[in-house]
Amino acid sequence: MNPSEQIGVYVHIPFCVRKCAYCDFLSFPADVKTQEDYVNALCKQIDATEEKRPVASVYIGGGTPSAIEPKWIDKILCKLHGDYRIDPDAEITIEVNPGTLGDSHFAVYKSAGINRLSIGLQSAHDDELHLLGRIHTYSDFLRTFQEARNAGFENINVDLMTALPGQDAGKLRHSLNCVTDLEPEHISAYSLILEEGTPFYAQRKDLDLPDEKKERALYYLMRDHLTAHGYTHYEISNFAKDGHESRHNCSYWTGQDYLGLGLGASSLLSNVRYRNETDLKSYLQDPCAREAEEVLGEKERMEEFMFLGLRMLRGIREQDFEHAFHKPVDSVYGKVIGKLFEQGLIRRENGRIFLTDSGIDYGNHVFSCFLL
Amino acid sequence: MDQSKIRNFCIIAHIDHGKSTLADRIIEQTGLLTSREMQAQVLDNMDLERERGITIKSQAVRTVYRAKNGEEYIFNLIDTPGHVDFNYEVSRSLAACDGAILVVDAAQGIEAQTLANVYLALDHDLDVFPVINKIDLPSAEPDRVAAEIEDVIGIEAQDAPRISAKMGIGIDEVLEQIVAKVPAPKGDPDAPLKALIFDSIYDSYKGVIVFCRLMDGRVRKGSSVKMMATGAVCEVVEVGTFGAGVFIPCEELSAGMVGYLTASIKNVRDTAVGDTVTDAEHPCKEALPGYKKVQSMVFCGVYPADGAKYPDLRDALEKLQLNDASLNYEPETSVALGFGFRCGFLGLLHLEVVQERLEREYNLDLVTTAPSVVYKVHKTDGTVIDLTNPTNLPDPSEIEYMEEPVVSAEIMVTKDFVGPIMELCQERRGRYISMEYMEETRALLKYELPLNEIIYDFFDALKSRSRGYASFDYDMKGYERSDLVKLDILINHEEVDALSFIVHAASAYERGRKMCEKLKEEIPRHLFEIPIQAAVGSKIIARETVKAMRKDVLAKCYGGDITRKKKLLEKQKEGKKRMRQIGNVEIPQKAFMSVLKLDES
Repeated sequence: MNPSEQIGVYVHIPFCVRKCAYCDFLSFPADVKTQEDYVNALCKQIDATEEKRPVASVYIGGGTPSAIEPKWIDKILCKLHGDYRIDPDAEITIEVNPGTLGDSHFAVYKSAGINRLSIGLQSAHDDELHLLGRIHTYSDFLRTFQEARNAGFENINVDLMTALPGQDAGKLRHSLNCVTDLEPEHISAYSLILEEGTPFYAQRKDLDLPDEKKERALYYLMRDHLTAHGYTHYEISNFAKDGHESRHNCSYWTGQDYLGLGLGASSLLSNVRYRNETDLKSYLQDPCAREAEEVLGEKERMEEFMFLGLRMLRGIREQDFEHAFHKPVDSVYGKVIGKLFEQGLIRRENGRIFLTDSGIDYGNHVFSCFLL
Repeated sequence: MDQSKIRNFCIIAHIDHGKSTLADRIIEQTGLLTSREMQAQVLDNMDLERERGITIKSQAVRTVYRAKNGEEYIFNLIDTPGHVDFNYEVSRSLAACDGAILVVDAAQGIEAQTLANVYLALDHDLDVFPVINKIDLPSAEPDRVAAEIEDVIGIEAQDAPRISAKMGIGIDEVLEQIVAKVPAPKGDPDAPLKALIFDSIYDSYKGVIVFCRLMDGRVRKGSSVKMMATGAVCEVVEVGTFGAGVFIPCEELSAGMVGYLTASIKNVRDTAVGDTVTDAEHPCKEALPGYKKVQSMVFCGVYPADGAKYPDLRDALEKLQLNDASLNYEPETSVALGFGFRCGFLGLLHLEVVQERLEREYNLDLVTTAPSVVYKVHKTDGTVIDLTNPTNLPDPSEIEYMEEPVVSAEIMVTKDFVGPIMELCQERRGRYISMEYMEETRALLKYELPLNEIIYDFFDALKSRSRGYASFDYDMKGYERSDLVKLDILINHEEVDALSFIVHAASAYERGRKMCEKLKEEIPRHLFEIPIQAAVGSKIIARETVKAMRKDVLAKCYGGDITRKKKLLEKQKEGKKRMRQIGNVEIPQKAFMSVLKLDES
């Protein structure tokens, strides 16, 4: 472990007001007492976790972190500042849901050192929001966004979704216009994925889901709209104005270490990946228990280097591969790269390998080719 | 050497009736080896033979038996291959013997190969005596089987030893009967040398080792000998007899003896099985009868998966051929597969054995094309060509007519399955010849069948349609005129020469359709749609489409998703299938053998 290497810290708040129809994250509604117990357990975990490396980013996600009282967020951040070496200019993000915000939220967040917000909007159409099971309307979002700006937040992400049931180009274009008019610094736009175990998955036969062709058309529309409005497409589903790429999320794609705190959060520390306890009761008793520990050998690290790195539009740098694995990328992936290049799925320029537009469409095929 | 104390014999049996086990017991109980030295099956010393439970190459072993009359006898047991592909080798092994033990399974009774082998033995004037094996099985019916042997074959079976080779029961009696019933050889040791080659193997130190039975004369180190059919002349370096798996050199071999000689011969081709060895200076008047040049019955293209390995494949074939005179090959090229060889085999089993040996012993990764028989193409200009590769079929306008090889087949089947087996023979264009009931419950069906209908999966079909109760044997009958066409396969509109095959016109549509279906299963999705078409001439007769790959990309992949998403990608990953690039389509190597599996449901 390089002691000067920076790491990212993820904090999981598994609570929400109501579970959305497409959500497969570890989250559920809970009473205030449980929430308080949870925050205490989380603080215990922070105390017990030794980590000396500088922290370049903190990301508080969920669930809905804004569904718990803001003072608890403050408490968690205080704890983090006390125990870890958080860089003065660290990117500190919290996810918020427009339906959960009271008057004091943003002020507390601001004073706790949070400098980036990620607001879950998903759609500017109330009927779509309803279908998704969101607890807010578009106007709730607008108000939240204004309040956030008023509170002085200058780095805001808005989440959007494409490939929604019944969504056509017109509806998506409207949502996109609504969002780009507000000029957030960052936009994450995800194609809806039906995850097993979600209500949407169960109803999938009855949902008016776009076919492959339409899904891609909506994706292109979204991409073209956002790039035309000054956003850089830097990851398959992420767009940012210059200098506003999410530093925390980039750390996942570039193979940096990250420390996950809270129920079911994953960590990657010195080539070991593990998950925290996923059962709430057990977590409250022993917040440091781990499960699914996995040691990443060279093979796994090379695979991840490639398929995560290629998610970023700038791709991977061949020199970085060589530096990490002490051999040229071609000695491992020469054949695969040659084949994908011939198929027009990747390009290789200036010492980098990256996806073409078509490569994005067939992303899973490309990624799977890099599994050894 | 006193010929009256020599017994040269073989054991003949249907597959799995216990030939190799009985051989093991005889070797064991004649005291040549201790029990500890016995491997499970001493005669089968190739790994492959053991795994498949069949004897591929005939071999011999010499043992010493002290009979109950107090005399010592030399037993030369010559092992014979049991499979129809190796019929010629069986016949040469039999010719080296004076008698044969017929092993019949006490539960199953006489089977097709039992009959075929008995007839072959009787043709060679061997004295055949039966042994009823596996009497330890609960379903054994030795009395019924003895009666069946007498009825069907017409040889005395009432005093046949009833044994269990597996349990070691009754072996003594078999040994005594060998002494009593196998005649002693009666050659003239002072006549010119006349010896039958019944096998030969290549050894990297000694060169070719010739296995022979001396009919007349003598041979010793320094003798100058001549192979009468091939004309090769050489000086004998060593002579000897066969221990179990070892060669025991001796001074001289003389009339009646079975043994080996080495003469620094470099290729087994010079010592063809069935040829006669004689003295180069004082040759015998005429060669022993029955020598045939080995004819390949089945051909297929063998290509290295990696084109750069072509020289390795060539070397491997050369080496294999040193040991296997029945393997033929010549270089050919395929548009689809590059440089390779068209190889000729005795039959499909032989093909599989060679293919496995190439892959296993020589570590080669191979692509083999569909097997083909040899067709005779009569051209309009009056010439006739032997077609071993469908790709070389001349333009239809140049063809007067075509002929295909036909075999006479004997199928033995229990009464209940006569219907399904007849149906199978009809489907395979069989011509019904006769049916006789061997006994109340079993019939012997005779059919004439085109060879190309049985080389693919006939054995499997026979087994499955008779629930294992049918047995099968065949002999080449000759060539017959037939309405044949070449079926071509186009993948993404490109004809793939290695997938073409010759088929009877009436089944072209059906085969073409199945072939397309099979290839559709085998070829993975590409970025584009791939049409698979079957064509006869310029007419497309069947089509399937491999759909294009789905556009699909994980929308989200953050720290907590990686492990799970990776598993998802693993699933999507095309297995480590070995592929061959044809145009811009990748075809799994095993797809080239698809035609073999057309009848799988």
